[in-house]
Amino acid sequence: MINAVGRDIPDEILELTGKEVFHGNHYYDGYEYKNDGPKTKCVINSNGSKLVKSIREVLEKCEIKDGMTVSFHHHFRDGDYIVNMVMEEIHKMGIKDITICASSLGKAQDPIVPYIEDGTITNIQSSGVRGKIGEAISNGKLKGLAIMRSHGGRVRAIESGETHIDIAFIGAPTCDDYGNCRGIGGKSDCGVLSYAVADAMYADRVVAITDCLVPFPNFPAHISMTRVDYVVEVDAIGDPKKIATGAAKPTTDQRKLMMAEYCTKFVVNSPYFKDGFSYQTGVGGASIASTISLAKVMKEKNIRMRFGVGGLTKPMCDLLINDQVDCLLDTQDFDLAAVESVKNLKHFRISAGEYADPFNKGAIVNKLDFVILAALEVDVHFNCNVVVGSDGMITGAQGGHPDTAAGAKCSIVIAPLLQGRIPAICTDVTTVTTPGESVDVVITDYGIAINPKRKDLIKAMKDVDLPFKTIEELRDIAYSIAGEPQKVQFGDRVVGIIESRDGTIMDVVRQIKPFEFEK
Amino acid sequence: MEIKKPAVAGTLESSDCQVTVEAGEGKIDFSLDSAVINQYGNQIRKVVFETLSNLGIDSVRIAIVDKGALDCTIRARVEAAVFRSLEQTENLPWGGAIRS
Amino acid sequence: MNPNKKRLRRTMMFLNAQKPGLVKDPYIYKPDSIMLDLEDAVAENQKDAARFSLYHALRSIDYRGCERVVRINALDTPYWKEDIRCAVAGGCDAIRIPKTECANDVKMVESMVEYAEREFGRPKGSVLIMAAIESARGVMKALDICESSERLFGIALSGGDYTKDLQTHITGTGIELMGARQNIVIAARAAGVQCFDTVYTDLDNMEGFRMDVQTIHLMGFDGKSIINPRQIDIVHEIFTPSEKDIIFAEKVVKEIDTKKAQGIGVFTVDGKMIDIAFYDGAKRTIELAKASGVYKGDL
Repeated sequence: MINAVGRDIPDEILELTGKEVFHGNHYYDGYEYKNDGPKTKCVINSNGSKLVKSIREVLEKCEIKDGMTVSFHHHFRDGDYIVNMVMEEIHKMGIKDITICASSLGKAQDPIVPYIEDGTITNIQSSGVRGKIGEAISNGKLKGLAIMRSHGGRVRAIESGETHIDIAFIGAPTCDDYGNCRGIGGKSDCGVLSYAVADAMYADRVVAITDCLVPFPNFPAHISMTRVDYVVEVDAIGDPKKIATGAAKPTTDQRKLMMAEYCTKFVVNSPYFKDGFSYQTGVGGASIASTISLAKVMKEKNIRMRFGVGGLTKPMCDLLINDQVDCLLDTQDFDLAAVESVKNLKHFRISAGEYADPFNKGAIVNKLDFVILAALEVDVHFNCNVVVGSDGMITGAQGGHPDTAAGAKCSIVIAPLLQGRIPAICTDVTTVTTPGESVDVVITDYGIAINPKRKDLIKAMKDVDLPFKTIEELRDIAYSIAGEPQKVQFGDRVVGIIESRDGTIMDVVRQIKPFEFEK
Repeated sequence: MEIKKPAVAGTLESSDCQVTVEAGEGKIDFSLDSAVINQYGNQIRKVVFETLSNLGIDSVRIAIVDKGALDCTIRARVEAAVFRSLEQTENLPWGGAIRS
Repeated sequence: MNPNKKRLRRTMMFLNAQKPGLVKDPYIYKPDSIMLDLEDAVAENQKDAARFSLYHALRSIDYRGCERVVRINALDTPYWKEDIRCAVAGGCDAIRIPKTECANDVKMVESMVEYAEREFGRPKGSVLIMAAIESARGVMKALDICESSERLFGIALSGGDYTKDLQTHITGTGIELMGARQNIVIAARAAGVQCFDTVYTDLDNMEGFRMDVQTIHLMGFDGKSIINPRQIDIVHEIFTPSEKDIIFAEKVVKEIDTKKAQGIGVFTVDGKMIDIAFYDGAKRTIELAKASGVYKGDL
C-alpha cells in the first residue's frame, strides 16, 4: 500500500506488524488511548538494600526467559559496556529469542552480533543502528524485523504498550543501594539519563547497573528508587573517554563554515528570529559552526534565546554561560562542557518523552522555532534519509530527526551537495526516515532550497542575499557533477521498518544484495 | 598499445582512485572496489573501458580501488597508469588518444 | 588584445592539480582565479600523473567563471614544455611561470605556448601568461619582465623563495618584503600590467592576514595569492570599494560621459576638480563594486 510519502509498504509487512501506513504528521492528533502499565513487585519490608551481586543473579531474579524484551539507553554512546555485559550473560544462560529495545545502538555493541546470528537476539528496536549490528541486519541475519523509530516514537511505543519491556537495564554513573540513579558523578559521567526514564516507568523489572555506588540517598535522583527493582555494582559501566569527549574544535573547513553562514543568515532573516526564540541543533561540524555564528549575531542584534533543547555541546552551553539563553533543556550531553553544564541551575534535564513523544499531551519539540539538522540524502520532495547509507546498509539513526523536524516551525537541513560522489540532493531518497512535509529548508554548499509549501518563508527571503535555488536545481547540479546515480539494488526480503513517530510505517529496509554489473 | 610492465597511479584519498594495470591475456580484465559501486559501478566501468579503448588497449588486467572519484579523475588515473607502464612522459597525445 | 588580460583578479587560489578533492569544486568559494599547480605542490614522482588530472579537470569541470591559471614547472626542469602542452590542450586561461628571472624566460614560455596553441587548434593569443618573481634578480628585472610579452597580464611576488634569496625570511611584519612589493607594483604600473602579492601562510592568524591584505591593497596591488578558501572573503571585503567611493565614481563616470559629449574637458564633482584622467580609475571602482556584489546602479 502506498503511504503519504509515496512508499509502497508491502501488505505482508502491514499484516505482520498490524501497523498502518504513514498518513501524514498529524494523522493521530487528538487520538485517545490508555497508557500501558508495568507490573510492580512491591517492596514493603525494610531490609534496606536492593543490591544484587552479579548480572547473572539479577537475570535470575528477574526470571529472564526466552522471548523477553530487554531495554537499554545509549547515554554512554560509543563507550557503553552495559549492553554487551548483559547480553553476554543472557547468551551464557542459553536464553533465546530476545527482543532488544534500545534508545540507540552503535559500534560499541559490535560484540553482540554473534548473538544475533545464533538466535539469542531475534528482534531489535532502536532509533537506528550503526556499526556491525546494522550490517548484520542489512545482511538478513536478524530473524525478526528490525524496527527503527525516533526518540519520540520509542517513548510512544513504550507508553502505548506496543512495546512492553520485561526488563530494563539502566547504566547509572552513580546509584545508591536503593536504586536512586543519577547521570552525574562517578567514573562514567554522562550528565543526564533522559532516554532511560520511559524504561524505568514502564518496564516490569528495572535493574540499575553502576560502577559508582554512593550512600543513600543519591538525590536529586534522575531515576527514582520507586521504579528500580535491583542494583548491581560492576567494575565499569563504560569507557569515559568515549562517553563524553573534549569539546570538538570548531571546524575550519570553509565548506562547512560557508553552509553555517548561510544557515545563520537564513535564521536571522526568518520571522521566527526574535527575542524569546527557541533553537535546537545537532553535533555535525556545520551545525556547531551555525550555533557559534548565530551567537555572534544574537549579541550584535541584542536578541535572546528563550530555550535551547536536545543533545548538547559546548557552543550551546556557552550561550547559557554568556547569558544569551534563558535555559537549556537537555536530553543528552556530547562533550565534557555539556556534562559540566548540567550543574547550572538553568540547565534542565528532560526525559525523552517530554522532549519528543507524539503520544503524550504535548512535547517540547512542538514549541521549537528552529531545528538545524543533517541528512545523508534529501530528495526533491524534501524527504530525508538519515538511516540507510549509500551502500544500502543501515548505518545511521533517526534519533530526534523526525520528531524535531515535525515539531519545529522552521526545520533546516544542512548537507554538502555531494558526500564524496554521492549526491545528497536526489530524485528519491533510498529510504524515507523524515517526511518532506516536516522539512522547510535545505542548505547546501551550492545553494539553498526552500520547501515550496512554505510560501511564507519564500516571501520572507525575497530580498535576502543568499543563493536560493529550487530543490530540483540543486539535484540537477549534483547530477551534472557526479552523474545520475543508479538506485541501490536490494534483495526482496524486508529486514527492517522505518517507523514514523506515530507508529505508522514510513518505509521499509530490504536486505542488501551484492552488486552486479549490467550486462 | 600494449601493457607489459605493471604500473600504479592514484591514491586512496577521498575523491581519488587508485588504478593498477598489468599485462593482460588478450582481453580487458576489470575489477572494481568502490564505496559507490551501487550508484556508479556501471558508470565507472563504462568510463574505464572507454578510456582504454581511446588508448587502443584491449589486453590488460586493470584493478581500481575507488574512493568516490569523478569520471574525470578516473580517466586521469587510468591514463597515468597506462603511460607509466609504457614509460612515456613526453609528447603525450593530448586531445587525441587522451580525451574526455 | 585578449579581453581577459585586464579582468578582475583579487584572489588567486593555489590548488594542487594532483588532488582531486581540491580540484573538483573550488569555484563554490568564488575566488576570481584558481591556480592549478604542477610545480611545488606536486611531488617529483607525481609530475606525470598530475598532468592527466590537470588535463581532465580543465576539460570536464565547469569552473563557473573562475579563471584557470596553471603553474608549470620551472624552466630549468625537464617538465615545463609538456606542462604547457597539457595545459593549453586542456583549455587553460593562463600559464604562470615560476622563478622568472628575466624577459627571456617569458619569451621562451611564450613561444612554447604559441606552439601549443597551434598544435591544439586554439586561437593565437588565447592563452595568457603571468610571471612569478621569486628572486632578487627577478625583482630588479621586474620592468623588463612586465614588458616582455603582449600575453603577459601581470606579475606576482612569491615571497618564500624571494626572502631566502634575500637571506632573510618571512617575519609576519612585511618588512622583508617592502622593497620587492614596492618595486613590483611600480614596474607593473609602469608597464600597464597587473600585480599580485605573495601568499600568507599562517592560517591561524586571520587578523595578521587581514592587516597584510590591507597593506598590499593600499600599496596598489590588484590582488593576492591565497592558499585556503577561508582567506577569500577577507580579500574581497578589503578590495570592495566603500559606498562613498562608489557614489563618487558613478558621478565621475556619468559626468565625464555627458561633459565629453558637450566638449567640456575639466569640471567639478562634489567640489573636486575632475578631468578625463579620472575616468579609468572610476570605471575600475565600479567594476570592483559590481564584482563585490555591492553595486546596484545602472552603469
